[in-house]
Amino acid sequence: MSATLLHLHTQPEVPLEAETLSPASIAGLSELGIEHLQVMHGNVKAKVGDFFKVTGKGTPDIHIEGDLAKVKMIGACMSEGRVIIEGNVGMHVGIGMSGGEILVKGDATDWVGPEMSGGRITVLGDAGHMVGSAFRGQSTGITGGEIFIHGSAKNEIGNSMRRGLIAIGGDAGDFTAVSMRAGTIIVMGKMGVRTGAGMVRGTVVCFEESKILPSFEYSCRYQPLFLRLYLIRLQEHGFEEKINDKHINGKYERYSGDAVELNRGEILLFSGQ
Amino acid sequence: MPSELKIANGRVYDPANNVDGNVQDLCIRDGKIVDSVSRSASRIDARGMVVMPGAIDIHCHIAGPKVNLARKLMPEDHRLDVHPKTAVTRSGTGGIVPSTFATGYRYATMGYTTAMEAAVPPITARHVLEELDDTPVVDKGFYVLLGNNAFLYKLLKEGRKKEFKEAIAWWVNSVHAYTVKLVNTGSDELWKGRKNANITDVNERIDHYDITPSFVTESFIEAAHELGLPHPPHIHCNNLGHSGNISTTLDTMKAAQGRRAHMAHIQFHSFGGEVNKNPVSGAQEIIDYINDHENITADVGQVMFGKATAMTADAPLAWMLRNVKFDKWVNADTECESGCGIIPFSYQESIYTHTLQWAMGLELFLMSKDPWRVLLSTDHPNGGSFMNYPKLIKLLMDSAYRKEALQHVNQKAVAKTVLPELDREYTLNEIAIITRAGPARALGLKNKGHLGVGADADITIYTEEEDREQMFNAPRYVIKDGTTVIKDHEFATDHKGKILHSKPGYNEDIATEIEPFFEDYYSVKFSNYAISEDYLHDHEEVPTNPKS
Repeated sequence: MSATLLHLHTQPEVPLEAETLSPASIAGLSELGIEHLQVMHGNVKAKVGDFFKVTGKGTPDIHIEGDLAKVKMIGACMSEGRVIIEGNVGMHVGIGMSGGEILVKGDATDWVGPEMSGGRITVLGDAGHMVGSAFRGQSTGITGGEIFIHGSAKNEIGNSMRRGLIAIGGDAGDFTAVSMRAGTIIVMGKMGVRTGAGMVRGTVVCFEESKILPSFEYSCRYQPLFLRLYLIRLQEHGFEEKINDKHINGKYERYSGDAVELNRGEILLFSGQ
Repeated sequence: MPSELKIANGRVYDPANNVDGNVQDLCIRDGKIVDSVSRSASRIDARGMVVMPGAIDIHCHIAGPKVNLARKLMPEDHRLDVHPKTAVTRSGTGGIVPSTFATGYRYATMGYTTAMEAAVPPITARHVLEELDDTPVVDKGFYVLLGNNAFLYKLLKEGRKKEFKEAIAWWVNSVHAYTVKLVNTGSDELWKGRKNANITDVNERIDHYDITPSFVTESFIEAAHELGLPHPPHIHCNNLGHSGNISTTLDTMKAAQGRRAHMAHIQFHSFGGEVNKNPVSGAQEIIDYINDHENITADVGQVMFGKATAMTADAPLAWMLRNVKFDKWVNADTECESGCGIIPFSYQESIYTHTLQWAMGLELFLMSKDPWRVLLSTDHPNGGSFMNYPKLIKLLMDSAYRKEALQHVNQKAVAKTVLPELDREYTLNEIAIITRAGPARALGLKNKGHLGVGADADITIYTEEEDREQMFNAPRYVIKDGTTVIKDHEFATDHKGKILHSKPGYNEDIATEIEPFFEDYYSVKFSNYAISEDYLHDHEEVPTNPKS
């Protein structure tokens, strides 16, 4: 079964809310059926066909071409299948997804994978703010799944995340893992300030030096076994240039915190050897 | 040409006029119910349908700064419940604390045509009036919080009961309130003065004033009686949610000394057991007292499982709840007038206290001998959203459903109640009393809650269904002031309700007494405090009945 191909022929003037561009909505539909699916162009109801040329019947395997920086919510609530985006993507990609895979070959903007509970999102370029974060007001962010950003990401990565794995190949902005409940964030570049502010449990790993908040306390230098397993797996997912043997076999400085919360979180900084 | 409507052949439940399911016609002209209409009147064929007056919510929290704080506190709740606009109605957001427009429309979709906002500090009343004006369809009013008012306490301390009465009337007039509300009397004074202090006994002295909560309550009831307010003081007793609070609740009811008093969300005040231990149900004692004392009316404040928001002028209570659930919360001080606390909350079947509260509410309903005085409410949004009313009605009308529900809750809590032994089922007539005729009588609204000649044409028409939840969830027609707002389950037109307020008479000299206090202690000028009439928009003055 060949993939469903969507090609952006008209750039939307204002952001397009396209939660229907997801295997959950288009599987089993005809070309015409997909073109008639509803999207919101600003506050105006529009059809997929107004912006995209559709080739092939609806399958769980979707390829989307074009600069989708203004197209939001692609892959919403998907539980299976694959979405490949040949270009940039807009906000809320993979919102509420519980399974399947999204591959973004360009950059992503803010809010990658909010409310995610499973599956994988891979961004080959950079991502914006709030990767895997809780929406404002929510007490928990993502509850599972994997988000791999090969480039850099901005502020508040994994805000209030509860489970899951976020890996950033490049640098991270400020407030990484703010209010984190549990889960793992691995940053292979530099981190901004105030990492782990208000974190309860969970692990933040960074390969570079970083400023640590005064509410974190140095515990020890050691070689965590779980991290070795995580890094080997990440190497298989395209991070082989960023992760060397010294990262896999090296030791890490462990800081525990945040003392203003439960103090059961940890920041692991690579010791350089 | 007058607008005329005839509702033909409906099965009418109008308990105030002793009509219990009789098939008869209703005639409406210009928003009022009349004897007859001309042959050219438009017509609704209600054959086989149930016709009731529009329902009245006697106690809810739907407008003002505290409601807005709750809205701002929970953006995540709104995102999941968008209320889209239709051809005739406006958009909004829903969730446990809906926006103003959504509140009005959602009340209407359940057959409610009047709702009373239950707690407004006078200094925020201007905002409340504006929000109520933006709450469509329903008629509404509010109760003004005076039970922790520094100036009134000062008058009571000095023994100046006459001026006390005049000052109450001045406040009700100045903010266009419906009646007065007392919340955890005396406690805010302690709360603001000492760390985590609260009143535990109604005969305790209030700091700085040398008076007791019991005396304050009694004085308010006496003053409201003399002013002839249409609804007596609306009382939220001390010790809400604490084990063993039935003693303070009973003492408060006794303080009425035979005069009319309304006890708000009585379920929260019916805890037996000992302080600081697990509560047990004290519903039997409370309801026995209410059954025996005709001067007392009460709304139950039923707890429904699911999301809720604790929203109260009882600041110490908010602190207590905050220590139960370490989540986001707000606590605020309202100058010399009141306190405030807001906490998103959820009631869960598996938790002992939550199940106990749920069961206690149902016990109060099922053991009540006089449905005219024990009224339906969930203290929206404290015990759950008003959107739960249909489900609550089903729990009351269907004992098999209730028994089924009992299987899924905390059994240790159930064992502390008599709920499994109660087989009573409410009839449609009794439902019409606890949701319509009863609240109207308690509120002193002579033109509402019944379908006699001269009444406001606020009418709900239901398609009769076996499943009472489904039936009360979606009336076929809702008529407000003679206008068919909902027709065949859909909004046919928008409608603006009125603000209901009372204007007790008083001697204007009292203003000269109050003014210096304002200049000394308030953040606003006295001359900016009283609210001009143009804030009332569409309004109706409900007459008072002063005793000489």
